[in-house]
Amino acid sequence: MTNTNWNVLMPLIFYFIGVFVIGFYSMKFVSKASIHEGEENGFLSEYLAGGRDLGGFVLAMTLVTTYLSAGSFIGGPGAAYTFGMAWVFLAMTQMPTGYFTLAVLGKKFAIVARKINAVTITDFIRARYKNDALVILCSISIVAFFIAAMGAQWIGAARLIEGSVGIPYKIALVFFAITVLMYTTIGGFRAVALTDTLQGVIMTMGTIALFVATIHAGGGISNIIQKMHAINPGLITPYSIKEGFATKAWVTSFWILVGFSVVGLPSVGMRAMSYKDSKSLKNGIIYGTVVSMVLILGMHMIGAFGIVVVPGIGSGDLVVPTIATKLFPPWVAGIILAGPLAAVMSTVDSQLLIVVGAIVNDLYANYINPRIKNNAKGMAKVSFVSAIIVGILVFMTAFNPPTIMVWLNLYANAGLISTFIWPIILGLYWKRANTPGAFASIITGVGSYILFSKMWPRPLGMHTIGLPLILSFIVFFIVSLSTEKPSKEIIKTFWGV
Amino acid sequence: MGENNKNEEFIEDPRYKQCNKEALIGIGLGILNLIWWFGWGYGLGTKNTDEYTYVMGLPMWFFMSCIVGAILFSALAILMVSKFFKDMPLGKIDLEDDNNI
Repeated sequence: MTNTNWNVLMPLIFYFIGVFVIGFYSMKFVSKASIHEGEENGFLSEYLAGGRDLGGFVLAMTLVTTYLSAGSFIGGPGAAYTFGMAWVFLAMTQMPTGYFTLAVLGKKFAIVARKINAVTITDFIRARYKNDALVILCSISIVAFFIAAMGAQWIGAARLIEGSVGIPYKIALVFFAITVLMYTTIGGFRAVALTDTLQGVIMTMGTIALFVATIHAGGGISNIIQKMHAINPGLITPYSIKEGFATKAWVTSFWILVGFSVVGLPSVGMRAMSYKDSKSLKNGIIYGTVVSMVLILGMHMIGAFGIVVVPGIGSGDLVVPTIATKLFPPWVAGIILAGPLAAVMSTVDSQLLIVVGAIVNDLYANYINPRIKNNAKGMAKVSFVSAIIVGILVFMTAFNPPTIMVWLNLYANAGLISTFIWPIILGLYWKRANTPGAFASIITGVGSYILFSKMWPRPLGMHTIGLPLILSFIVFFIVSLSTEKPSKEIIKTFWGV
Repeated sequence: MGENNKNEEFIEDPRYKQCNKEALIGIGLGILNLIWWFGWGYGLGTKNTDEYTYVMGLPMWFFMSCIVGAILFSALAILMVSKFFKDMPLGKIDLEDDNNI
């Protein structure tokens, strides 16, 4: 470890310590909740939903940072470096991230969650459709897809530490894994939301600093754009540098993939049931929208301008670390690089907790050991143990990725979206939505997505996800209408006072 | 319980009317956002680059679609929640108390 860059490492260490402190602070709430015997779900409501106590700012930060992952800080700017302003334009299809989910799931989701005492998305599915096979299908898809998605994110994080600090990949991975596992396991949702907030603030400051420095180094926006034009005129058009790649239909269909259908991601939907009151929702939308606009626009413009400021780097993915280390003294670069690392951490901690929720709340307490529901201490023990087991599984995945994981990760986001989006939205807003409809839509959505991605990657010119989502919506609709109505009891629970 | 008159069996939660309205406004804002982004981006961006005009150094299509779009829709989101979103309790409500709705 002779070429360890201590100047970059030090700010990262401080940052990791901060994250631990938050974990221990949140642990107090968790252990308080686990002493209260009898109260059903007292422990899980704290551990998985933070006691539904999120204020507006924390809600906004945890929502935005959970959604924005390594992609937005490493892959996204990297693609903007290669494809120019067209990729910034494409990334801006995420503009609605901050307001759309919270407005569409809205207060109704929060009200329903309180009525049925739901602490996970699957709790909602279980109460609405009352079907064990559906619950098990949803839980398993959460566990499988999220473990794979986490594996990919952990690899990204460890590579980032390796690249910027100069310590070997495997040590970086251990370092990262222990930190995330520790604070998530001991502190639960509250720790995740609070660290997300810290991470969101770091990401925002880092983005603004880097943005200003990049423009300065490039001699002003006008100069940078003209130089990009000189390198390749395609870099400043919405069609990018090669014919038939960034077509209108394809780029526009990203509004479906990363703009609107994010509503269907369990890690995002979770947040829409854990805020405190309607004022938190309002403030959450305001902060969330402003912060996500700044982060998305800023990071991707930095990437696109990078071609002028740091030309000729081997892989576009390195554009943000390269600019940071070139333009700033090492210790500032360390703070800025904590940004992308924070982006990864804030995504995986939520994913980890969602998987623990699926295992403990949706599978174990429902089907394996139902009596444990009234035993807060027992619940706590099972949750900690399963968090650690999942962590170790992910760690092994990242250490030496098995083929099945690579494959699952490829389908992770789209698979989760096609599983959950219509059962959640239609279940919430359409009284007629029923179990066969939900089943049919999940099978159609996931199935046609996998099929299209192999045989027809751009159906009707769109990104692969577009058509399967439309198909699964239609199927849900038709199957629901041609089968039996949901029971009166369900309708009463969900729509009654 | 009559099988046919399902509407009379229970009183629908009075908060939902406002909730549904808010969700529709959210969808509306999302669609407007898409139209703004698409209209400016492809409307002006499709020209030959020699004919591009620039604002603050950025191509006009990008400036309008993404920069103005980001600021405008942040402002509209703020307007949306402050004008159309109503405060309400999220927990159990008491029907007798009209202040709840």
